[in-house]
Amino acid sequence: MRVDHKGLIDRTQRVNFTLDGNRYQGFAGDTVASALLANDQRLMGRSFKYHRPRGVLTAGSEEPNALISVYRGSDVEPNVRATVQEIYEGLVVRSQNAWPSLGFDALAVNDFAAPFLSAGFYYKTFMWPRAFWEKLYEPVIRRAAGLGGLSGTSNDAEYEKAYAFCDVLIIGAGPAGLMAALQAGRAGVDVILADEDRQAGGRLLSETYEVDARAGHEWAAGAVAELESMDNVRIMSRTTVTGVYDQGTYGALERVNGHLPKGSKAPRACFWRIVAKRSILTAGALERPVAFQNNDRPGIMTASAVRAYLNRWGVAPGRDVVVFGNNDDAHRTAHDLQNAGVHVAALIDSRWDVTPTGDFPIFTGAQVCGSAGRKGLEAVTVRTQSGTEKIATDCLAMSGGWNPSVHMTCHMNGRPEWRADIASFVPREGMIPGMLTAGACNGTFSTHGALREGQAAALETLKALGKRATACDLPAAEDAPTRMTPLWAVGGTGRAWLDFQNDVTVKDVKQAAQENFRSVEHMKRYTTQGMATDQGKNSNVAALAILADVTGRGIPETGTTTFRPPYTPVPIAAMGAGAEGKGFAPERMITSHKRTVVLGAPMIEAGMWYRPSYFPIEGETHWRQSCDREVNMVRESVGICDVSTLGKIDVQGPDAAAFLDFVYTNTFSTLKPGRVRYGLMLREDGTVMDDGTTARLSDMHYLMTTTTAAAGNVMRHLEYVHQCLRPDLDVSMISVTEQWAQFAVAGPKSRELLDGLLDQTVDDESFPFMACGDVSIGDVKGRLFRISFSGEHAYEIAVPARYGAALFDVLNEQATALGGGLYGMEALNVLRIEKGFITHAEIHGRVTAFDIGMERMVSAKKDCIGQTMAARPGVNGPEREQLVGLKPVGAVKQLTAGAHLFEAEAEVNRINSQGYVTSVGFSPTEQSFLGLGFLKNGRARHGEKVKLVDHMRGIETLCEVCGPVFHDPEGGKTRG
Amino acid sequence: MRLTCPVCGERDLREFYYMGDAVALARPDSEAGEAAWDDYVHNRDNPAGVTRDLWQHEAGCAAWIVVTRNTVSHEVLETALAADVKRAMS
Repeated sequence: MRVDHKGLIDRTQRVNFTLDGNRYQGFAGDTVASALLANDQRLMGRSFKYHRPRGVLTAGSEEPNALISVYRGSDVEPNVRATVQEIYEGLVVRSQNAWPSLGFDALAVNDFAAPFLSAGFYYKTFMWPRAFWEKLYEPVIRRAAGLGGLSGTSNDAEYEKAYAFCDVLIIGAGPAGLMAALQAGRAGVDVILADEDRQAGGRLLSETYEVDARAGHEWAAGAVAELESMDNVRIMSRTTVTGVYDQGTYGALERVNGHLPKGSKAPRACFWRIVAKRSILTAGALERPVAFQNNDRPGIMTASAVRAYLNRWGVAPGRDVVVFGNNDDAHRTAHDLQNAGVHVAALIDSRWDVTPTGDFPIFTGAQVCGSAGRKGLEAVTVRTQSGTEKIATDCLAMSGGWNPSVHMTCHMNGRPEWRADIASFVPREGMIPGMLTAGACNGTFSTHGALREGQAAALETLKALGKRATACDLPAAEDAPTRMTPLWAVGGTGRAWLDFQNDVTVKDVKQAAQENFRSVEHMKRYTTQGMATDQGKNSNVAALAILADVTGRGIPETGTTTFRPPYTPVPIAAMGAGAEGKGFAPERMITSHKRTVVLGAPMIEAGMWYRPSYFPIEGETHWRQSCDREVNMVRESVGICDVSTLGKIDVQGPDAAAFLDFVYTNTFSTLKPGRVRYGLMLREDGTVMDDGTTARLSDMHYLMTTTTAAAGNVMRHLEYVHQCLRPDLDVSMISVTEQWAQFAVAGPKSRELLDGLLDQTVDDESFPFMACGDVSIGDVKGRLFRISFSGEHAYEIAVPARYGAALFDVLNEQATALGGGLYGMEALNVLRIEKGFITHAEIHGRVTAFDIGMERMVSAKKDCIGQTMAARPGVNGPEREQLVGLKPVGAVKQLTAGAHLFEAEAEVNRINSQGYVTSVGFSPTEQSFLGLGFLKNGRARHGEKVKLVDHMRGIETLCEVCGPVFHDPEGGKTRG
Repeated sequence: MRLTCPVCGERDLREFYYMGDAVALARPDSEAGEAAWDDYVHNRDNPAGVTRDLWQHEAGCAAWIVVTRNTVSHEVLETALAADVKRAMS
């Protein structure tokens, strides 16, 4: 219920929202949780395994129970904490994990099956009959598992990523963080103060403490005002620092529009990478629940949450509140409630040696040992010296002490230290280079302690940054000592919850130990304690305390598991902002792209390039018609193909020739200027890396080509060889792939076309086979290379890229006039297969020069990369799979790449495979399917029949082994 | 994580390409024998501690650099141009 005269909400602004279609009203500043409690709605969710009714446990981002889904149009964001989601006009939220409704959840039947669903149940049950696992058990369990659900439509919410740099990053804007920011900000260093909350102040917003003789939240507001006035200070609110990474790098998630009504143009969230020279962790502490039988009913929450709802949101979570704890915070809770006019039904302190005062029933040396009220708390059972007693109540505020939020300090694999005096883990010094800790996260729980340590950390940080600074005055604040006696679990027979989100109880932890999962790492995974989205914030310490107890060890000896980023869940879309859809990879287009698309050619991706498959003409309905026609066209008249995507590397310098001799297996220093040579490049292990043609344009100037997909690799390799192996060579190299548009002009009429087009004469004298030279078309200067990938008389013409589109049109026009036209990748592939020319389908990274029949290209007269290893035993010889051609000779005509080859009568199994097929195509020239592949000792087996078997496509074809060159084996057409 | 390129200064790790151990700089003579070449091509130490690697500033100046770092603490101890390191070796 709402309480008058309390809270930092704006009561002048009413806000309407819905939960499961039911309408509720709250005020600006409310969260879904506070607004629901104000409306006496305690039931907010159903637990993961047992589907028990649950209410909110906390008032912060560590909330394990009240997880909701936020609906924005068709967009659904699941597992949002009701304690974090600020309400706005028209907000639509739905509860999770309940069907058909939150009030009546059919899967609550699981609660009765609890004895069969304890820790590790899936290792022991649902095993028989075996067939039932795949058909029944797994689908049912899968559907029941998980909490929220996704919409199933693509997420069109926008996310951003950003970078920030500063001298000091202060993580947490409570009293310690604000004090540190003031001290550091006043000294003039660049400060970023980040807090996950919408408003700075930390616990000061939820307590009735005074700082500097003012209400704590007023002091905080004043500090914020001063910090906002400083140019060197940046306050990032709604920003959770999610992880600590190397070298002072921090990840942070800023929630940008989650609290804004639909229609906001801001992105949903921004994922930050913050680089800070130093940092101060002032992340505060989180309160521990107490484990007792049925401690998970709606209405049972932490005492600090009750104070937060009361003092910050003006909400009493109940009308008759019982307070139960093992420390003085419990007393404060009772007094705050009483002062606000809320009835306190009882104050129960588990300690004997305390004498709290107040106008309500007080029990010391007592413990809550049970509760009643399935859909909402109705009563608790208290065990005292004299026996048990039932107290009617609708809200239990429990406090088991505080856990300093050490998480960030452990992200680089450090482990915290146990302090027995406060029964808490605290950070060890130096766990994160450059990070200091202050305040509650350091185990210092008083307000004065937080302010003092925040200032001290800032001063030490300033010193480390080389900045002089004097300590400013510390505002006055309470400095109560921490007094508590550990109470992890109250004895009893029923289930007592530790991990609320994953439904893990004290019994489960004890069972794990009993089954010998005694290490905290095993207990965690076996019970799933600490593995929910709250990362065990509410259960880690209690669970390991119980494990320690049950295994007869101390807590330090039992140890903790590893804290890992992110501190709270981060949407993958935020981390991947900008990388969705077209943002994932660049698209590289050739200069003829626009024309190609207009002509209706389907485009395929080759690496990041887009290349045309074929150019359909009117009447063609199947790609094979176009492909066959294009192949015939190239062999009979002339074809034009854009080959700009192949890598081009410009190599220049006095030692360019020597350099190429070192990277290629064959010799390029002997190549005359004005000539082109085919080169083979090996890796240092003797495997073929790439092949291509390299032209010598002048004495000290070469132009290398590489295969499209390997261009980057080869460029990197050349730089590596030069800088790391041969820095003595005077040579420079640069990629010019994108600078030159290049087109193949192939076919018997190619010379006629080019002779007519270019300023220069193109004949056998000026351009013999494998010649190159400068050419021009009017003012446009280009280069012509007489090389052929089709096996026809052919050339490649290169012009600066800005003329590419225009040249493509001219070439197309000229070719068409000669009875030819354009050809695409499909035809390109068939033409080269017909000639036995290899691509990376054949040189796939595991073949040697010997395998492809080019062993004689490895010159013995000079060293080159890969030469020594290419000569080792095992990579040459009859046992190797060697390049062969394949032709179908039986009834079945189909060949497929990837199929394996077997002797005609052999049993088809893995051991009997003699090789495999790498490239296939239908050859209109030979009127047959043709294939290239590798066969053991293939060169000695020409004429033999082998069986091609493709299990995936169900094909078996009898083939004849032959040489890989099917068409014009003498090469007369190329050389003519 | 960031590396300091000797040419460009401190840059995000993602601008760099990692190749492997800097022992690659010591390419054996072609007559050095099988064991030397097998070691050079195939065998590497894998210490939990200080390593010397070859990285390339691929998205930047294309310089190959030798990075001395600690694989346990992730501390980067030194960066130097590979060409300089190689020249100093002979």
